[in-house]
Amino acid sequence: MGKLTIGCFASLVGSVSLDFTVKLAEAAVKKGHKVDLWVSGNATMLSKKGQRAFKDYSALQKTINGLLETGNFQMTACEACAEARGYHKEDTMEGCKRFSMDWYLASCFSADRVLHIGGD
Amino acid sequence: MATKRLCFVIRTLPYKIEGSRLAMTHAIASQTVEIYLEDGDLVEASVCFIADGVLNCLKNQAAMKHYGITSIEQHLKNSLLLDMKVMICKEDLEKFGISEDTIVKDAEDLGGETVAQIVPYSEIQKEMEAVDHLLFC
Repeated sequence: MGKLTIGCFASLVGSVSLDFTVKLAEAAVKKGHKVDLWVSGNATMLSKKGQRAFKDYSALQKTINGLLETGNFQMTACEACAEARGYHKEDTMEGCKRFSMDWYLASCFSADRVLHIGGD
Repeated sequence: MATKRLCFVIRTLPYKIEGSRLAMTHAIASQTVEIYLEDGDLVEASVCFIADGVLNCLKNQAAMKHYGITSIEQHLKNSLLLDMKVMICKEDLEKFGISEDTIVKDAEDLGGETVAQIVPYSEIQKEMEAVDHLLFC
């Protein structure tokens, strides 16, 4: 089984690119692959705790929690992008990490495939 | 010991969304990635500007004056100062009527020696085929 590194810049609410990213990660984990998900820019909001699910907005926290429990998935948020949005370490979802951008490049180094979903 | 090559392909406009800025800052982060890697392992980043992305390369950006933030121009100069490979699509510059003397080609004012390459798209395609991973921004 392989390792997939996915990076995403797209926002949690306002586009469905992040939904696609999480669905792809979920499919890869179900197939037995390991997935590193890097959330940067507006996508950092996916790693914020206390998200409330509404029917009109994307709600991905439950799926992320399930993925984290598998042990084959890790999610890391860009620390600077989070801080710039007033979202601090204590606001981070349990099980999610925060690092600087070089963490993502290191994950790319050891990945079999990298999928980067930029834009918003 | 291994080197993995990553190519950031910038297609998005400057300032409209964060994509091009994040591409530049992520590419520049390749300078400190060793702290996460085994001794001797390296990540080498290159940056290619295509389509709307070539507008990121314009000189005299006044981002600090208008938005109070650092300019993409400054990030581009920093990447050249770090000897990063920067390629700019010649045909896309021509499509926008942008002449070569109006874009950032070097970081000479900062003491940099590396120069951005203005090349046909075919050369950018070769770069994309040569790297280990592509990151479209």
